[in-house]
Amino acid sequence: MLSGRTLVIAVPFAFLLVFFLFPFFIVGKISVSEMETVSFKDLLTWSDGVVTLALKFSNYVFITQDTLYFKTYVASLQYALATTLLCLCIGYPFAYFMARARATLQPALLMLVMLPFWTSFLLRVYAWRGLLTEGGWVADLIIASGLDQLLYAFGLISTPGKLMHTPFSLVLGMTYTYLPFMILPLYGNLAKLDLRLLEAAADLGATPWVAFWKVTVPLSKAGIIAGSMLVFIPCVGEFVIPELLGGPETLMIGRVLWDEFFSNNDWPMASSVAVVMVLLIIVPLAIFSKYQAEAQEQK
Amino acid sequence: MSAPDKAAFLQMQDVVKDFNGFKAVNNVSLDIAKGEIFALLGSSGCGKSTLLRMLAGFETPTSGRIVLDGVDLAGMPPHERPMNMMFQSYALFPHLTVWDNIAFGLRREGLPKERVAERVEAMLKLVQLAKYATRKPHQLSGGQQQRVALARSLAKQPQLLLLDEPLGALDKKLREETQIELVNIIESVGVTCVMVTHDQEEAMTMASRIAVMSEGRFLQVGAPGDIYETPATRFVADFIGNVNLMDGTLDVDEADHCIIGCADCRHYVGHGITGIIGMPVTVALRPEKIHLTRHQPADAFNSVRGTIKEMAYFGSFTVYHLELASKARLKVSMTNIQRHRDDEYTWGDEVWAHWSRSSHVVLTQ
Repeated sequence: MLSGRTLVIAVPFAFLLVFFLFPFFIVGKISVSEMETVSFKDLLTWSDGVVTLALKFSNYVFITQDTLYFKTYVASLQYALATTLLCLCIGYPFAYFMARARATLQPALLMLVMLPFWTSFLLRVYAWRGLLTEGGWVADLIIASGLDQLLYAFGLISTPGKLMHTPFSLVLGMTYTYLPFMILPLYGNLAKLDLRLLEAAADLGATPWVAFWKVTVPLSKAGIIAGSMLVFIPCVGEFVIPELLGGPETLMIGRVLWDEFFSNNDWPMASSVAVVMVLLIIVPLAIFSKYQAEAQEQK
Repeated sequence: MSAPDKAAFLQMQDVVKDFNGFKAVNNVSLDIAKGEIFALLGSSGCGKSTLLRMLAGFETPTSGRIVLDGVDLAGMPPHERPMNMMFQSYALFPHLTVWDNIAFGLRREGLPKERVAERVEAMLKLVQLAKYATRKPHQLSGGQQQRVALARSLAKQPQLLLLDEPLGALDKKLREETQIELVNIIESVGVTCVMVTHDQEEAMTMASRIAVMSEGRFLQVGAPGDIYETPATRFVADFIGNVNLMDGTLDVDEADHCIIGCADCRHYVGHGITGIIGMPVTVALRPEKIHLTRHQPADAFNSVRGTIKEMAYFGSFTVYHLELASKARLKVSMTNIQRHRDDEYTWGDEVWAHWSRSSHVVLTQ
């Protein structure tokens, strides 16, 4: 019998099945197909009483052989990781003070975090171009304060004084865009923290700093993980921000995908790149969540 | 019970806590001796928790001084105070094991690992939880959590132990067992202890002295027996235990006795009081000090006739509610010493209640 409980679980499950797993299966199929001029060859062919299953793995082989793909994957993961860490460093104090603010003030602060969503993110990323390009006031400010020398020293920009189309502008844009996705789960988590635990820590001799690291941070682990996932995963496959703010040196997998699909029109290749990207994200995630589940069970 | 030393170990002098014009603690002074178990007793909102939080350093007194062992605690943050608190519903760290919870305070002192381990083991043994060292708090029962909280607050050998509603989260049966156990542990360690509770039984069983608080002030400070048998005010008499309060006037006041006239009876009290003839007074009479009989007692004083209107059976005793001639109610408690009485009192019975000349407390305020 179909209980309400089964139904409630079935709806999102069916949604994922139809709009994620099934399309992904199609992408997977394309990635092992042979390209003809306009369409793909069928995987299964029937001729003279022989069923032939033709799986073309050359795309995958090519991905492992051509260092361009490897480098792009690594770069994508690096930029996504840098963005996630930056979002965490900025978002954690932000969420922390929001959660500690007066209760009457909190809805207003929450509103401020979500306010940027009222403007299309495309426009906001475009705005950064204006701000970071030569003559933009943010660029002027950075250059006037000598920060560009520091960025240059860290290799985040290739020439002092030029900020656009660099790793710096890319990571800045992604951090700016994805910051709310870090703040919201962290805020939700930190707002629930039982403040008496901090009092208990203080009572047992922990300074506020120690209490923060020994109590607040471990107890907000779930929020940190959720926020990091929400930032890291879309960042790996990000296309628009690298396109608008990145440069030739900041090739990310999203742009490679775009090029394979729309410039080279090589759908099987593009699909292979996409499948590898998804596996790169999903496999570590699956291992991680399995480990989490086991840790939960041991409790 | 260890006899308190003469010298005051913890002193509170004219302590006031003002929350935007609301005086949660209003000019409280108190000396607590070393080794004492002192209870702050009052209903919620009476300021007892605020007072405890000021001791722990979570609240700053608006004025007044708190001195522990000769050291003024003003301006000392909680993490530097030589006292530990057992929080209401324990505030155990949910992400740490029992072992790590107890070790938390010791590690903050920078003790070497072996010393920490030694101390934690000793604490686990003290509260009989050695088997549960690797469990997380949520895997323990309420009583076990309570013992972890106690072990954690005793691990650092504090000079002063603060208990905030230590047994409030336990059910009645467990609470009674734990009261004695808790006192035994505290006394075996020999730590001075201030506890906050709204449960008078808990205060009476555990504490060597009690302060009854209301509206930020101490109404009476004394040993449990003193507070019960000689309450100073109407409020205290009414707050602690069951009591019959009868308003009357002082008719006769001699050195060795006084007579008070009430609506339903005349009280002959076996001691004099300081008062003016004709002044209004209240006689407080505990239900267990009143006896029931079916025949009119010989003494014209200290007896009253009434009808049994309600009976509340508590197993070991029964409380009878008598309606008197003036429609006032009188509670009488009788111990059920026999399983079945031949002559049981029941609803509607006309009975006489009488009491001895030394069972009253005369209250003038």
